Amino acid sequence: MSEVVSAMPRAETAGTITIREAGLRGMITLRGDFSGSTFREAVSRVTGVEFSEQRRVALSGERGLCWMSPDELLVLVSYSDAGRVVEDLSSSLDGQHHLAVDVSDARAVFRLEGDGTAIREVLAKLSPADLRKAALPVGEVRRTRLAQVPAAFWFADDRCAELVCFRSVADYVWGLLTDAATVGSEVGHF
Amino acid sequence: MSRRLPKGGRLIDRSQAQSFTFNGRTMRGYQGDTLASALLGNGQMLVGRSFKYHRPRGIVASGAEEPNALVNLGTDKTSEPNARATTTELFDGLVAESQNHWPSLEFDIGEVNAKLARFLPAGFYYKMFLWPRGFWKHVYEPFIRQSAGLGRPPSHRDADRYEHFHATVDVLVVGGGIAGLTAAKAAADSGAEVLLVEQTAHWGGRAPVDGAEIDGKPAEAWVAETVAALAEMPNVRLRTRAMGAGVYDHGYALVYERLTDHAPDHSLPRHRLWKVRAGQIVTATGAIERPLAFAGNDLPGVMLASAVRDYVVNFGVAPGQRTVVVTNNDDAYRTALALKDAGLAVPVLVDARGEASGPLAEGARAAGIRVTPGRGIAKVTGKGKVSAVHICLQSGEGGAIEEVEADCVAMSGGWSPAVHLWSHCGGKLIWDEEEVFFRPDPSRPPTGADGEAFVRTAGSASGAVGTSEILDDAHEVGKATAKAVGTSATRRAAPKADTAARQPIAPVWNMPENAPYDLKAKSWLDYQNDVKVTDVELAAREGFESVEHTKRYTTLGMATDQGKLSNINGLAILAGQLGQDIPNVGTTTFRPPYTPISMGAIAGEARGALFQPVRKTPIHDWHEDNGAHWEPVGHWRRPYAFPKDGESVHDAVMREVTATRNSVGLLDASTLGKLIVKGPDAGKFLDMLYTNMMSSLPVGKCRYGLMCTENGFLTDDGVVARLSEDTWLCHTTTGGADRIHAHMEEWLQTEWWDWQVYVANVTEQYAQIGVVGPKSREVLAALGGDVDLSQEALPFMQWAEGKIGAFDARVFRISFSGELSYEVAVPASQGRAFWDALLAAGEAHGITPYGTEALHIMRAEKGFIMIGDETDGTVIPQDLGLSWAISKKKEDYLGKRAQEREYMRDPLRWQLVGLETLDGSVLPDGAYAVDTDLDQARDSGEYAAGKEAPLNGNGQVMTCGRVTSTYHSPTLGRGIAMGLVERGPDRMSEVLYFPTVDGSVVQARIVTPVFYDPDGEKQNV
Repeated sequence: MSEVVSAMPRAETAGTITIREAGLRGMITLRGDFSGSTFREAVSRVTGVEFSEQRRVALSGERGLCWMSPDELLVLVSYSDAGRVVEDLSSSLDGQHHLAVDVSDARAVFRLEGDGTAIREVLAKLSPADLRKAALPVGEVRRTRLAQVPAAFWFADDRCAELVCFRSVADYVWGLLTDAATVGSEVGHF
Repeated sequence: MSRRLPKGGRLIDRSQAQSFTFNGRTMRGYQGDTLASALLGNGQMLVGRSFKYHRPRGIVASGAEEPNALVNLGTDKTSEPNARATTTELFDGLVAESQNHWPSLEFDIGEVNAKLARFLPAGFYYKMFLWPRGFWKHVYEPFIRQSAGLGRPPSHRDADRYEHFHATVDVLVVGGGIAGLTAAKAAADSGAEVLLVEQTAHWGGRAPVDGAEIDGKPAEAWVAETVAALAEMPNVRLRTRAMGAGVYDHGYALVYERLTDHAPDHSLPRHRLWKVRAGQIVTATGAIERPLAFAGNDLPGVMLASAVRDYVVNFGVAPGQRTVVVTNNDDAYRTALALKDAGLAVPVLVDARGEASGPLAEGARAAGIRVTPGRGIAKVTGKGKVSAVHICLQSGEGGAIEEVEADCVAMSGGWSPAVHLWSHCGGKLIWDEEEVFFRPDPSRPPTGADGEAFVRTAGSASGAVGTSEILDDAHEVGKATAKAVGTSATRRAAPKADTAARQPIAPVWNMPENAPYDLKAKSWLDYQNDVKVTDVELAAREGFESVEHTKRYTTLGMATDQGKLSNINGLAILAGQLGQDIPNVGTTTFRPPYTPISMGAIAGEARGALFQPVRKTPIHDWHEDNGAHWEPVGHWRRPYAFPKDGESVHDAVMREVTATRNSVGLLDASTLGKLIVKGPDAGKFLDMLYTNMMSSLPVGKCRYGLMCTENGFLTDDGVVARLSEDTWLCHTTTGGADRIHAHMEEWLQTEWWDWQVYVANVTEQYAQIGVVGPKSREVLAALGGDVDLSQEALPFMQWAEGKIGAFDARVFRISFSGELSYEVAVPASQGRAFWDALLAAGEAHGITPYGTEALHIMRAEKGFIMIGDETDGTVIPQDLGLSWAISKKKEDYLGKRAQEREYMRDPLRWQLVGLETLDGSVLPDGAYAVDTDLDQARDSGEYAAGKEAPLNGNGQVMTCGRVTSTYHSPTLGRGIAMGLVERGPDRMSEVLYFPTVDGSVVQARIVTPVFYDPDGEKQNV
C-alpha cells in the first residue's frame, strides 16, 4: 500500500469542546436480510461484536457495528483490516443476497470530546436530530444532516462522540463544528 | 413634551447612565431603557414619517405592536433598517437614525403628499395603472419612486454571526407573562419537559404594571418567585429575549433569540434561531390594545393607554404633562391612575360608554380625575404634536362641546388577544360579542397528525380577562398540555387572585359614532401605511368586500407591523360599511413570523466559507496550489484549466488539449459518480435502467450506456463495468451521482421491491485519474506494478485490477477524448500520492494536467455528447444519433414506451449534427439557426412580403436548430460546434444562418459531429 492520507490529517481544535479528525477508519457498507440467522451470525462472527438492532451501535475497540437502516449496517474496523473483512464477509455470506463494500476512503471521521452536554449542544446547532440524552443515549447512532450535508454520529461514551461524513466535505464539516463550538456561544439547554 | 420623571421606573437602573445618538444628536438614557423610552425621556416625540404621506409619526406603543417608531440602527457593517424602537434595548453607544424622511425628520419635503391625500385614495396603486395612461411614466413613476420605501438596505456585509439551534421538547410555552409562567409551572409540575420563551428581557408581562395581586402578593413578587421556582426544576428551560416567531405543522416552531442586540459583540452569535420540535405548544402571547379611530389620532403624542402606563411605570418617563385619556373600556382607567400617581395631570377622562360606573371609574373619580361618560374625541389638533383635544358627544357627529389643552392622548379601544401563533397552523377564531374581540375557538384548534390539538392558548391569548380568569385558564391549559404529552396532571391548584368586578366594554369603531367624512378622512387605522377610515369605506364601496381584498387594495395591515393595531379596527369599519356582522367579515390570514426576524438568523451559519458546502477531491489542494481556474460542477469545484503565470485561461485550455493529443494529459476525474449495483437481479435491473443491454456484458468488460426518464428523455450516461457475475459498477456524470443513486433506489423501493438488488454509492471511495494521450501507456508502465497494460491484455473497453506502482488500482481502458487512455481508480486516501507519482512518471513526456474545458473540447472533437449540453430534459437518445445504444431486442426499459410516441418519432425532430463555420470562427453558444439569409431576404423584399419567408404566425423568423456545444478546436485550428437541427442528418453540407445578438449573421455548414479520428484509430492502439 502506498502513502495513505485522511481528509484532514491531524486537524485538532478546542472551543467549547475539542474537535479532532480521527484519521482513517475502516468502514464497510453491508446490506442484507437481517431476519436471516446466517446473516446475523456471520456478521457477528466476522466483526467480533454483537449484532446491532434498530438505531444501535455496538463497539469493541476499533471494531463496531452501526445500524443504518432495516437492511444496512456500517461495519467499523481498523483501516488496514477493511479489505480483509470485506472478503471475509463476502465469503461467509456467499450464496445469499448481500452487498459488502469498502467505503473507508469515502469518509472522514471526527471525534468530539469534552463535556457531554457541550457536545450535544454543538451537534444541535447543526443537526435536527433529537439530541437529548434520553433520545440519543450512548450506544445509539443517528443518521442525520449537519447543516447542508449528510452525517452520522454516535456517543462512544458520555464524553466522546464520533461523527462520520463524506470525505469531500470534511473541511466544510470541520468549519461547521468549530464555528458551533465557539467559546461564548454556549446555549445551556441540555 | 415627554420627559424623564424624577423618580420611578421599575425596569431602569438610574445609576447606569447610557449615551446614544438619534439623528446625530447625543442623548442619555439608563440601563433597562428601550430606545423608545429613552427617546421619550429626551423629549423626542417625533420619530419617523409615514410611508405614503410622510406624516410626522410618534411612538404609539411600548412593544412588538409598534407601527411608527422604526429606526435604522448602527452604521456600515452593523446597519439595520426598520428596527422597532420599542423592542430595542438601549446600550451605551447605540446609534439610531429615523427613516423615510428627506431632507430631515423635522422638515420633510414629502409631506406635501399629505396635501395631495385626496389624489392618493384607496387602491391608488392599482388605479394609476389604468388611467390616465401618460401619468404613469411622467408623474407616478418619478413621484412614487421618490417617496416610496421604508429604510435603506445595508450597504456593507454584516459584521455579525448567527446560528441555529434544534431543540426537541415536550412542551413549548410562548410568552413569559403570568399566564405563560402559570401554564409552564402546571405542565412542569405534571412532569412534562418545558421550554418557556419570552420575547422581552423581563418576565411577568403586563401584570406588574397593571397592579395585579397573585397568591396575596404583588404580581412582581409572585413573578420573581415563580421564575425562581421554575429555574430550579430540572425539566424546565427558560429563555428571555426569545420570541415565538412561528408555529408550523407537526409541532414545529421557530423561536427567535436575540443574544447580543442589547450588548453588541461581533465574536458571538447575534441572533439564534431555535427550531423547536414540540409535542405540544402553549401560546400565552397576551393581548394587544386597539387604538380608537378619531380625527388626528396619528399626531405624535397620541398613544395607546397601556403604553403610556408602561412608560410611566416601567421607565419613569412621562409621555406628556397633560394627558387626556379616552376609552371604551375599564382598562384605560389604570393609565389615568398611574399618571396621577406619578404626579402628572389628567385634565379629563373621556369614556365613550353611556355611563362610567365600574370600580375603576369610581377609583378614578376618587383620585380626583374628571370622568366624562358618553363622550368622544371629535379631533385632536396641533402642529406636528398634540396641543388640543376637542371633545364631543360619542353618539353625535363631532360638534365639539369642549376643547381641552393637552400634549398627550392615551387611547384604548379595547384589547384583542394575540392569536397569531394560534392561527399560523389553522387554529380558528370566534367573535366574542361581550368582550368585543376575536378569540381562539378551542373546539377548532390546529391539529397534528393524530387529529388532536397541538396548540393551546393560555391567559389573555385565550380571551380571558381579569387576573383570576387568566390564571385559571393558564393552569388548566398547562395541565391539559401535560396530559397530552403523556404525563399525569398535577394536583396543585392554580395561583389565586381576586375576581374583580368590571363594567363591560362598548364597541367603538368610529369616534364619534356618526363622524362626517372630513373627520373620518383624518382618522387613521394603519399608521405605517397611511390607511384611514375613509379608505376602507371607499374600498367597500368599490366592491372589495372580502377582507383579504380590502387589505391588498388599501394596504391595510401590509406594513412591517402586519396590522397588529389596525386589522381588527379595519375589518370592523369594513363590516360596518358592508352592513355585515364582524364575524361574517372575518380576519385576514395570520402568517409567520410574528414580528420580522433577521435574515442573518434565517441564514444561521450559512455565510462566508460555510455558505454552501464545496466538495473537494483528494487532489483538490494540488489544483489550488497550481493555479486552477475553478468551475463549479454540482457542489464540486473542478479545475476548468490550469493557466500558468501570464497565460490566459483560453491559452491554457488550448495548450492542455494540444499537449494531451500530442503526448499525455492528466485529468482528475474523481468526481464521476460510481455506483455499485449487486445482486441476483442486478442484470435485469440494469437492463431496465439503461437503454442498452447490460446483463450481457462479460465480466471484465466495459460498455457505454444511456439512462432515460420514464418520459423517454435522456437523463444520464456513463461507462458500466461488470465487476463479477452479480456485480456491476455504473459510472454516472459528476452532477448525476446522487440523483441517479436516488433514481435507482426509488425504482427498487417502490416498483421492483421484490428484485434482489443492492446499490451503494462509492463515488468518494476512489480518486479516479484519467491518463490520456498517446504516451499514457508509457507513463503508467513507468510506475511499474503488476497490471499488463498492453493492447492485447487490456484492449479498449476492458478493465483490470492490480498494482500500478505501489497503488491499489482498478484500470479502465476507456476514452472520452478519442486518445489512447486509461482511467485509474485508487482509494481516495492514496489519490494525492498517485497523482504526484503520475506527474513524476510523466515528466519526461511533458505530462500536462488538464481541466474540464480541455475535456469538453476533446470530447466535442470526437462528437461525444455531454449531458446538460446536448441534453436539456427534452432530448431523447434518438435525437443524438445514439440509436446504436438502444437495444431493439429488449422488451422494455425506462423510457421505451415514451420514445414510441408519435411526437418522439416525428422525422422533423431536431437532431444532432456537427457545425463548421464557413469562416472558421466560433459560433456563439446557444445560437439559433434559420434556413434563410435574412439580410438577403430583406434586401430582395422577400422577407418583408412574407412570401416564402420563414415567418411564424407572430411574424417572427422560424428557427430550425440551435447550437448545443461550441469551441475553438486547437487540434483543427478552427471553430467547431454541435447542434440540434431539424432533419439535421439528412441535410449534410447545407449551410445554416445563425443571427447573433450583435446583429451579424454567422454561416455554418452541417457536417458529421465526429471531427477527429472518425475511425477510432487513436484510441484503439
